[in-house]
Amino acid sequence: MMPIIEVKNLFVDYGKTNVLTDISFALEKGDFIGIAGPNGAGKSTLIKTLLGLVEKTSGNIKLFGVELEKFSNWNNIGYLPQKLSNLNPIFPASVEEIVLLGLLSQKSFPKMVTKGDRKKVNKVLTDLEILNLRDKMLSDLSGGQQQRVMLARTMVSNPEVLIFDEPSTALDPESRNDFFEIIKKLNAAGTTIILITHDTGYIGSYANKLLYIDRKLIHYGAIKEFCCHGDKIGQRFERTDGHIIWHQHE
Amino acid sequence: MIEIINFLQYSFVQRAFLAGSFVAITCAALGMFLVLRKMSLIGDGLSHVSLGAIALGLMFSSSPFYIAVPVVMLGSILILKISEKAKVYGDAAIGIVSAIGIAGGVILVSLSKGFNVDLFSYLFGNILAISKAEVIFSIILSFLVLLLLYIFYWDLFSATFDEEYAKTTGIKTGFINVLLTLMTAVTVVLSVKIVGIMLVSALLILPAVSALQFSKGFRQAIIFAIIFSVISVILGIAISFFMDLPTGATVVMINVLLFALSFIYRQIKT
Repeated sequence: MMPIIEVKNLFVDYGKTNVLTDISFALEKGDFIGIAGPNGAGKSTLIKTLLGLVEKTSGNIKLFGVELEKFSNWNNIGYLPQKLSNLNPIFPASVEEIVLLGLLSQKSFPKMVTKGDRKKVNKVLTDLEILNLRDKMLSDLSGGQQQRVMLARTMVSNPEVLIFDEPSTALDPESRNDFFEIIKKLNAAGTTIILITHDTGYIGSYANKLLYIDRKLIHYGAIKEFCCHGDKIGQRFERTDGHIIWHQHE
Repeated sequence: MIEIINFLQYSFVQRAFLAGSFVAITCAALGMFLVLRKMSLIGDGLSHVSLGAIALGLMFSSSPFYIAVPVVMLGSILILKISEKAKVYGDAAIGIVSAIGIAGGVILVSLSKGFNVDLFSYLFGNILAISKAEVIFSIILSFLVLLLLYIFYWDLFSATFDEEYAKTTGIKTGFINVLLTLMTAVTVVLSVKIVGIMLVSALLILPAVSALQFSKGFRQAIIFAIIFSVISVILGIAISFFMDLPTGATVVMINVLLFALSFIYRQIKT
């Protein structure tokens, strides 16, 4: 089966600083990949490079079998960025308007919103149990509600791959659990998930593969194999009640 | 009442209402994007560039807009390029280009001693003196800017809300930024005739920030900003006529009043 995402010998530099060195991996349809690594390991850079937001220095990236430079079918990839806390508090956007943005990747020039698009928005808001928020201002919502709206924006185009960069940072523990349960259901329905999170317990609970990087690839494969490495990095992880706990201090 | 009917029958008043309304609508719609992208001061910087551009235009023609529009558009591109290529923040790039515009204008004024009076009318605006050709020019360019805003509405909205996310949906945010800056340049030159070089940025900023006080959605915010902007221009022209006040400053003060009322309304409501 053709990999959905294929990365070969990826190098990324910021100026003279090397951020990613010789990263290679491939994702199959239906995978749930957890990306972990210490601060500054290049996790967000890796995701942004896959999305074309950061320019690679060398290497090869294929999305759905197409070279990144030639890829245009962006509605197949949903992205939930990290910076929810940076939302402009005076931005006068309703929930419906924000979720409609997720459909723009499907549209050709000039982009116009149709009744059908609004129906799609209603459906995704219903699925996420937030239809009652449709006409509210995003800035009037709680952190958990805002995150669901952003998830709705990511899901509305029905993408085959969903990429999450630290999605739970702004959430309280209850909202966090609800959020990860939603992601789990999406994966069970066949959506490929890529998840960066410091909550490595969630990676242990939900992901079937772990991509551990520290500027270079340390491990890619089953979580179990990583835990049983027995080396210095492997010992940072241990299982407790089905979760992986990452010890921050060596 | 008869005075008002007579006032409305003056052709120069009709021209002022027509051109003023079109430019007011354009300023309000564009201003919303600029304010939310924290680019409000680009209007101020480009208005200073328009000083040099209009001075240049006056050297060659009695209608300097035809020269000012492309020159200010070039100034807007220069701001973008300086901030992209020269390790300079956007506000500093605006400051640099703004200084070039003012310095250029002052030098041109000193070189050509004949048009100081004309230039003064552009510094503080004089829409009641707008010619028929300038009205047509203003309407055509305003219509063009509004058409572009309509066509690229969702791209502009997405890039304004979250530029990084917009890129992941295939939106060419670099192109959108250039487009927005060029539209601002055109709108600034058109606004000079109404409120003058010194007060152009007020016409871009004030209707938008007034609407932001209570709007419940982006489209609604733009519609409210347009309503405020048109009211301020129509009332400003009328009040300045009857009270013998400078039109540009009156338009701006009505905008300030509308902002104050919006702010008070929001405070009471919350």
